[in-house]
This record gives sequence, C-alpha cells and structure tokens, in this order.
Amino acid sequence: MTLEISGLKVSIGGKEILRGVDLGLAAGRVHGLAGESGSGKTMTGLAVLGLLPHGARASGTVRLGERDLLALPAKELNRVRGGEVAMVFQDPATSLHPMLTIGRQLTEHMRHHLRLGRTEAKERAVELLGKVRIPGPAQAYGRFPHQFSGGMRQRIAIAIALACSPKVLIADEPTTALDVTVQAGVLRLLRGLCDELGLAVLLVTHDLGVMSAVADEVSVMKDGLVVESGPRGRVLREPAHAYTRSLLGSLPGAGTAEPGGPGDPGGPGAGPAPEGER
Amino acid sequence: MPDKEDPPAPRPRRVAHPLARFLIRRLLLAVLMAWGITLVTFVLTNLVPGDPVAANLGQRALGDPAIVAQWRAEHGLDKPLWQQYLIHLQGLVQGDLGTSQQSHRPVAQDLAEYVPATLELAGAAILVSLVLGVAFGVVAALRRDRLPDHALRVLSLVGISVPTFWLALVAFYVFFYRLQLTPGSGRVDAALGSAPPVTGLQTVDALLAGRWDIFSSAAGHLVTPALVLALYTIGLLTRFTRSAVLEVLGQDYVRAARAKGLPGRTILFRYVLRSALVPIITVAGLAFGSLLSGTVLVEAIFAWPGIGQYAYKSATTLDLPAVMGVGLVVGVVYLVINLIVDVLYGVIDPRVRLQ
Repeated sequence: MTLEISGLKVSIGGKEILRGVDLGLAAGRVHGLAGESGSGKTMTGLAVLGLLPHGARASGTVRLGERDLLALPAKELNRVRGGEVAMVFQDPATSLHPMLTIGRQLTEHMRHHLRLGRTEAKERAVELLGKVRIPGPAQAYGRFPHQFSGGMRQRIAIAIALACSPKVLIADEPTTALDVTVQAGVLRLLRGLCDELGLAVLLVTHDLGVMSAVADEVSVMKDGLVVESGPRGRVLREPAHAYTRSLLGSLPGAGTAEPGGPGDPGGPGAGPAPEGER
Repeated sequence: MPDKEDPPAPRPRRVAHPLARFLIRRLLLAVLMAWGITLVTFVLTNLVPGDPVAANLGQRALGDPAIVAQWRAEHGLDKPLWQQYLIHLQGLVQGDLGTSQQSHRPVAQDLAEYVPATLELAGAAILVSLVLGVAFGVVAALRRDRLPDHALRVLSLVGISVPTFWLALVAFYVFFYRLQLTPGSGRVDAALGSAPPVTGLQTVDALLAGRWDIFSSAAGHLVTPALVLALYTIGLLTRFTRSAVLEVLGQDYVRAARAKGLPGRTILFRYVLRSALVPIITVAGLAFGSLLSGTVLVEAIFAWPGIGQYAYKSATTLDLPAVMGVGLVVGVVYLVINLIVDVLYGVIDPRVRLQ
C-alpha cells in the first residue's frame, strides 16, 4: 500500500464527522470513494493532507511509507503536500487563482519543492500542459484561468497536481462541476495517467457511473464510516451491504444493479473501458 | 430561430497592449470628468445665496450704485452666467483661475502656496493609514478571535467613532501642551527658516537641500496632525482588510495553494493579499476622499497653512474665484485617486484589463 488510512476520526466542534475510516491506496490503482453528500468522503481526502477547516481535529493514522502524515510537523507536511501527495479539487473555476497565470500556478511549487530554475520549470510546465492535452501549451502558459473552458481548467488543475511527480493523487469530485460531455475526457485522462505514471489515486465521487468507469477498488461511505469495500466488480454487482444496494438502486434507470446504462454519460460507453486496457 | 449571420471578421490591425488600451480609455474618461467638475463647481458656486458684492465692499461703498456696478464689471459679474462660464473655462485652459477678491493675487498663485502643505499632510496620513490599516487587518484576520484581533477591533472602533476635531484638540493638548513631546503648530520651526522650495513639501525639500535640521523639525511637526487625520482611515482599513482577508482565506484556491505545499508567506502575499486588495483599494479610494475634508479641521487646530484654511477663509468672504479654485483642486484630487484605483484594478486583476 502506498497510502494507508486507518482509524481516521475527525471532529468539528465536538461533532464526529469521521468515525474511524480505513482505506488503502496502491500504486497504479484507482480507489473510488462513494457515498452521498455529508457522508464524509471529502473530509477524508482533506484530512490526509491536513487541510481540514478551521477548528477541526483529526486522529488515527495516515501512513505514507514510514511516516504518519497526521503526526508530521508543519514543515515536513508542507514537503509532502504537492510533492508526494497532490490534490485536485471539485470546481476548477474556483480552485485556480483568477489573477495568476497558468504558468505561475504550474511552476511555483515545482520551483519550491524540486528547486528548479525558471527555464527548467517552464519547460516542464509546457510539457505537462501538452500531456493533459491543452492545445497550444506554450501560449497557454502565459494565459489566465478565465481564458479557458471548465474542462480545460480541470485538465490544468490536474497538470498542476502532477507537476512534482507525486505518488498519490487525491481527486475530490473532479468531474462533478463539469459538463457531461467533458467528464469522460477528464476521467480517461486520470485513468491514463494512473496507469502510465503508476499513481495511487483516490477518486472521491458521489457518481457511481463515474466509479464504474474508472475505479479498480470501490469503498462506500455512510455517516463517517466505510460500510463496504472491495474490487469494483464485486461491490457494484453483488453489493453485500444494504446501503450500497440502495445507492445502486437510486441510480436513474434503477432496478438493475448495473450502473452505466445507455443514458449514463459516465458509464463504460463514454468513459474508457478499463478491462480492455489491461 | 434563424441564426444571425456572423459579422465579417475584423481586419487585422495593430492592437496596443491591453493595459495600455485600458489606461488610455480611463484617461479619456478622466478628462471628461474634469470638464464636468468645472461645470459643477461653477454652477454650485453661483447658486450660493449670498452676494459677493455685499461680502467684499464696505457698508458705504454698497450705498453707491456706481461703485457697485464698477466692482461688478471689474470682476466680470455683469455678464450673463453662460458667458462668465466660458470666460472661466478659457482662463482655466490657460492656467488662469481668476483673481482672488481677498488676497488680490491670482488664485493659482494662492493655491500653489497652500496646496503643497495639504498634500504633505494628507499624503503622510494616507501612507500611514495604508501601511498600518492593511497590516493591522491582516494580523487581525490571521489571529482571528484571539487577543490581537480583539485589541485591533477596539482600536479600529475608536478610530472610526472619535470625531477628528476632538481628537485633534486632545492630541494637541496632551502631546504638545502637557507632555511637550511634539512641536506645536505650523509646519516647521520658524527659527530654522525653510529649505528652497522645489516640491513645496517641507520634508522633501529639506532632504533635497540636505538640511537635516529642517527635515527633523518638519517631520516632527507632521507626525501628530498626520496621525490624527489618519486614525479614522486606519480604523476603516483595518476592518475592511480583516473581512476581505478572511473572505479570501476561505476560497478554494487558497486551499489549493496549501495543498501544493507552498510556504505560508507565499500563500499570504501571492494568493490572499492579491485578491483581498481589490476590495481594500476600493474602500481606500473612498476613504482618502473623506480624509481630504478632515484636513479642514485638523489644519485649523494645528495652524497648518493648507488648502483647508484657505477654503474656509474664501468661503466665509464669498471669494468666488478662490472657492471655485479650491473646488477644482479637490475635484481633481478625487479624480486622480479614482484614476489610480481604476488603474490598480487593471494591474491587479487580469479579468479587468483583458475585457
């Protein structure tokens, strides 16, 4: 396991948000984390990097190699953030600074973490923009976020996350704010990068269609606890827990426990077919 | 619905840098506004109920219609109002603001003497309030709900609610009369003379002339009135900066910056302050306008020979050319502040300049 979360508890103002979450992320695998809003899946992602909101307390362990991220001093945690564990947020319209160029936001942490020079960082940034398929990467480098579409901004956010070659990528609802036609492209990109770079990906989503398209493992959360966890095929086809069954049953065109039917844009029809890739 | 035809593609032409185009647009607008200011000051000044003749001529001269008519003709008051305005405008273009009926000197010359004193005072107050106000606001936001925040809240409340004239009197009494920490009224010790005027700002002129004695005296005279004048703006900016910074701290891109592992200082200056500056400079621009009106009181109490005193004297004697001159100067200062604020928006926020 590249990243191992165990017994993670988070409370805000005396209220327990997470009640002992266990999760493992492995290199080259996408771990999908599902659950309705308020179930604590986003908090799990934030807790890993110590980005919890003002006044929140976390306990338990988050193991990255030999280290426990929850016990790390601020300075060392800052080296892990962006360097070894990177994050992609839900809405690229708000997660990129509107007044800084794409180039600045792509290179600043490279220069900080990897101690790259200006020109080296720029070369690498342009290469990354090409890798996430931004047309005209050299020109895009000097532009501002508002000059790109939503899908492109999320690709840029992914490029930023990958800039320092992290081992772990936490993607918090990376396609939720995007147009359905753009979702598939971003998911395909994430899956491709995971396979190519051997990333351990935690994909937080409430969309089981998205989940069935790209995840290798699936965990289902409810009320701050993981209620079911396992390989995608088993969890989505033969759910053991009643809550998973009800989640699957609430999909449009429900009745069958098979998500990703014809009307589902995030389903296998639109997204990559993971089976075919291996 | 039938689609409209696309307009023909514009021919390629040389396009100026976006920031330059933005600047040119703003400057043209400013010129238009300046013309508007001349019109408004002229109309308002002439609407004032009160006869400049009565204010300027003695009781006996007023009884003699010939003298009154002659005085009116001398000052161009016998012509129709629109002609008076055109003459006024023509003079303005040539830098002629008319002749003061009180000092019998060109208004432009009077202003050249009084304006620098006020600029020095107001400029120092603006500088102090920007530096302290923003710094206090940032500290209050970062130490939210802790001791520094509470202390600064009290300070800013005091700054906002205490009337300037009262503060000026108290400061004068305490620091000069009681503690004798600061020099009294005026701009500089009369015994030292003054540095050869270059900018009209005593501190700068003294530095230019290398006269340290004059500089320290001028700076000493400047401290109390400038602080008194600045306290309101400091309080205001502290409050606004605090809420602006708190707002930005909650933004997704700040969390994203933290997720990138950037050092705290970089996040504060590059991510937080940059965004927070937009509302801050909006308020600062407005506050500096009101700071100018505060100078009238502060100048009166500290005997500061500035435009506030001049305006007061001219208004009470219905010296219309002088009043219009002051109105014009204040209007133009507002205009310049607004222009600076607009340009700063463009510099800070690419979405403004790339429209």
